[in-house]
Amino acid sequence: MSNSSTSDLLKPFKLKTKQQELLIRVSILCLVYILAFITRLFSVLRYESMIHEFDPYFNYRTTLYLTQHGFYDFWNWFDYESWYPLGRIVGGTLYPGLMVTAALIYRLLHFLRFAVHIREVCVLTAPFFASNTTLVAYFFGKEIWDSGAGLVAAILIAVCPGYISRSVAGSYDNEGVAIFALLFTFYLFVKAVNKGSLAWGLASAFGYFYMVSAWGGYVFIINLIPLYVLVLLITGRYSMRLYVAYNCMYILGMLLAMQIRFVGFQHVQSGEHMAAMGVFFLMQVFYFLDWVKHMLSDTKLFQEFLSITVTCAVAAGGIALGVGAASGYISPWTGRFYSLLDPTYAKDHIPIIASVSEHQPTAWSSFMFDFHILLFLFPAGLYFCFKRLSDATIFIVMYGLTSMYFAGVMVRLILVATPAVCLISAIAVSATVKNLTVLLRSKNKVAQIGSTKGTSSAKASSKASLDQSQPFQKNGAMALLFGAFYLLSRYATHCTWVTSEAYSSPSIVLAARGAHGNRVIFDDYREAYFWLRQNTPPDAKVMSWWDYGYQITAMGNRTVIVDNNTWNNTHIATVGRAMSSYEDEAYEIIRSLDVDYVLVVFGGVTGYSSDDINKFLWMVRIGGGVFPVIKEPDYLVNGEYRVDKGAAPKMLNCLMYKLSYYRFGEMMPEYGKPPGYDRARGVEIGNKDIKLEHLEEAFTTSNWIVRIYKVKPPNNRW
Amino acid sequence: MGKLWLICIASISILLPFLCNAFSPETPTDRRVLVLLDDFAIMSSHSLYFNALKSRGFDLEFKLADDPKIALQRYGQYLYDALILFCPSVERFGGSIDVAAIVNFVDSGHDLIVAADVNASDLIREVGTECGVDFDEDPSAMVIDHIGYAVSGTEGDHTLIASDDFIKSDVILGGKKIEAPILFRGIGHAVSPANSLVLKVLSASPSAYSANPKSKLSTPPPLTGSAISLVSIVQARNNARLLITGSLSMFSNRFFRSGVQKARSQTKHEKSGNEQFLTEISKWIFHERGHLKAVNVKHHRVGETDEPALYRINDELEYAVEIYEWSGTSWEPYVANDVQLQFYMMSPYVLKTLSSDKKGLYSTSFKVPDVYGVFQFKVEHQKLGYTSLSLSKQIPVRPYRHNEYERFIPAAYPYYGAAFSMMAGFFIFSFAHLYSK
Repeated sequence: MSNSSTSDLLKPFKLKTKQQELLIRVSILCLVYILAFITRLFSVLRYESMIHEFDPYFNYRTTLYLTQHGFYDFWNWFDYESWYPLGRIVGGTLYPGLMVTAALIYRLLHFLRFAVHIREVCVLTAPFFASNTTLVAYFFGKEIWDSGAGLVAAILIAVCPGYISRSVAGSYDNEGVAIFALLFTFYLFVKAVNKGSLAWGLASAFGYFYMVSAWGGYVFIINLIPLYVLVLLITGRYSMRLYVAYNCMYILGMLLAMQIRFVGFQHVQSGEHMAAMGVFFLMQVFYFLDWVKHMLSDTKLFQEFLSITVTCAVAAGGIALGVGAASGYISPWTGRFYSLLDPTYAKDHIPIIASVSEHQPTAWSSFMFDFHILLFLFPAGLYFCFKRLSDATIFIVMYGLTSMYFAGVMVRLILVATPAVCLISAIAVSATVKNLTVLLRSKNKVAQIGSTKGTSSAKASSKASLDQSQPFQKNGAMALLFGAFYLLSRYATHCTWVTSEAYSSPSIVLAARGAHGNRVIFDDYREAYFWLRQNTPPDAKVMSWWDYGYQITAMGNRTVIVDNNTWNNTHIATVGRAMSSYEDEAYEIIRSLDVDYVLVVFGGVTGYSSDDINKFLWMVRIGGGVFPVIKEPDYLVNGEYRVDKGAAPKMLNCLMYKLSYYRFGEMMPEYGKPPGYDRARGVEIGNKDIKLEHLEEAFTTSNWIVRIYKVKPPNNRW
Repeated sequence: MGKLWLICIASISILLPFLCNAFSPETPTDRRVLVLLDDFAIMSSHSLYFNALKSRGFDLEFKLADDPKIALQRYGQYLYDALILFCPSVERFGGSIDVAAIVNFVDSGHDLIVAADVNASDLIREVGTECGVDFDEDPSAMVIDHIGYAVSGTEGDHTLIASDDFIKSDVILGGKKIEAPILFRGIGHAVSPANSLVLKVLSASPSAYSANPKSKLSTPPPLTGSAISLVSIVQARNNARLLITGSLSMFSNRFFRSGVQKARSQTKHEKSGNEQFLTEISKWIFHERGHLKAVNVKHHRVGETDEPALYRINDELEYAVEIYEWSGTSWEPYVANDVQLQFYMMSPYVLKTLSSDKKGLYSTSFKVPDVYGVFQFKVEHQKLGYTSLSLSKQIPVRPYRHNEYERFIPAAYPYYGAAFSMMAGFFIFSFAHLYSK
């Protein structure tokens, strides 16, 4: 096997097989590490180094505050620029993990004398953590299968679109670090279960702490791990290793998680966390029974004791839960949690959750889009996992199955499923390729076949069949191998294409193809926010739909009424009500909220479809949910939502319609179409003669995407 | 900086940039007055009124209403502080003045006196409408009162009215009671119900009605009784003051000098109340009276003097404001017992009457409610005859910081004890377990 033909000079560098393998493995990992980072830089190349979308602007603003004012001021930050006039205790209502991480990286870079701006750090945090995730994926894969599977998992996850969608450069969101933390926690826990060591348990508790500090999705961990433990208990795989790992992880993880202000006592009081506590007590009962069984030699006596103890334990647990729930000590499940278990729940009960596009149930096509061949490899991987069942593979199977269910419920949870899908698919790829290569290579050394390796049953079977029809088998294996590589190369192409085309758009700057195929950039959002920053008084209050709240505060530096942290439904409903009322009614609401400017997003000129008119029904629904004077049917004609001549009269005269289409009737956005032709909806608008009484147009961006209106003071003489 | 801002806000409410031209906050009385006339004869026939104004230091500039050279502003600056329209029959103003210009003049904080008359032109009616009053639509209608008329030479002429139905406000009409009735002959008007700012200063008696005295009354008159306003005032939201009346002759020397005897009344007054009434009300219109300013708004925690950028819930704080009234020549302390302060966030959380030291200083102290958010100190003092004071100062109230809570709560000592005894017990147990064999 060694390189016998190398010259004498190279003799000292001659590597043994083990070392060669290590070298290859390390270099592959290094390449994957770099690949994961650079594939996420499309957005920087296409646009510029900027923060994307909505929530990241809040994260950026808080990170900026953290670096400028220090940790304690951040921790106690009361932000009176958002949710006017209620304000928001920012320090107590966010997951600080992301901001602290970015601030630490920033500090470190400055300590090393790299004078970077905090924005660059924020932009590149997600790609950096994506790179780290590939390493974790490698170790995780190694833990549950072998190092080959680990390598494949690292490669798959590095480019998987499901993960890239939330971790491109500029997507400075909690998920960026949270997926790393999630996978890391799982890896450490599986390691702890395999080793049964307190140290790994402790490490997983700290991983859990980081996850809790980073993302609300930690609830998934604290429910999946107890479920896993329960499954192991039921399948009779209870062991001392499991006991040590779970107890250490749960107790320490809980204590640590409670240090995060946003979580606090929820961790011991809310319904979502009760499963973990229940399993913890169950573990103690199990251990106790085990001990009694060990001490008691009489099996009959033990059976009796067992039944009594189990009954008592279950009864005690049930009573505790019932009393806790009845007395309000244990809070019931939140709406968000319900909507995860029952996909139709949000639609009926919480319009504000249902209104967010990323909370919609996943379409089949987006699975294909985000997973590509992994979708086919996933079941194959599950097959291999069941073939070689161990504590670790049971874990990954459960992780895969539960997260796939959640991915089906909500589009955004594809992200959580991605690592599991990658790992399980990696097992499939690795095992298949390994089997096929073994087949190919053993061909030449028929004699060796029977003697050495062959631990897995898969190999054994292939070996058996090999003996029957050797030449055909070889070609078949060859073809299959090529097929696998072809598929994998398709996967790589698909991932790169998706990343560059679909997931690298910052959504704050819009790009479209012009008439001649050239790129047209609409930078209207930033134009509007810059205008607000430069031309309005510093204490001006801006009312807009909540989607734009974070951006207005971060980029416009102005106070907003509602923003993307949708903690107060009534306040949002008030804004929804103002938008869906007639102008004079809306004016009273606007005055009562001290609003100075009203901002609407309008896509009729450019054909930008996610504008406020298309979101308007949600405003009506959310507003109507709190104020029953707003009724959805008033805005519809025969259940149909329209803005043209046939639209409902209330629709044609509500504030949102007026503000969106003010002066639009004079405009001819498209050649060959009548004036006032709305390109986003493809109709000619129904009310072209819009007069505003209490508001006046203050600013409209160059492509009319953002329109800002100034609220006039009350009439001087009336 | 904040103080300066507050002073400005205090004296002139929201429309600061427009108001700066009107009068300086320090001396709110008008100085330069443009008088537009139909005819220069009015200068002499109404000289008593004009002389009264001149003697109080006003700089009157008389122009014909259709003079092509007249202008209210030049280079964006207003040339006058007030405008008197004694031109009831003008169809079209000269120069650049039109209704919109007059409305803008008022909306920039300037004062206006409009006197209409029988056969008032559409232009003057339009000015009236803009100010919230509607003159009788019949151009030749007059206010007729068969009971409350003034006894005069011509028997049967009931269009000369003696009215004494004043608004009850010393600020507007002066402290001295007007004994004699007011002589009025002219067109009546009604105040627009939609306008909440217009006030009737002099109303007609319940027996009055508005009709053409020369023709037979065939249909019920549109305006009757005390709904008819003879003289109305408006104090706009920017504190510009307006006077609207349907009689030009009530300002005339003849009415000023003539005696008055109300029908069915034995008392004959040597002199009508017109001079006193119109002079006093012109003092009000031209901000010689009833003009308030609030300065030195201060708020701080009890025991401190500096104004904090934000408060914490449950802070004790003190609030003080100085309010002065313009007496025509100097600022005098404003004395009232009903100035209230709101600590406001969508609704008032604290509402307190400020206590006065009779020297203009109003103060109070209270505890910040146990609610965080962006509050406002609001003083909304709107009293009949006075300029409206509306002060608002935004102030955020934050919750406790993490280290502002009590650290060692007595009720928690059992838990502390439990935790430490557990630790000690665990240590001893481990020691015993490991080394006892």
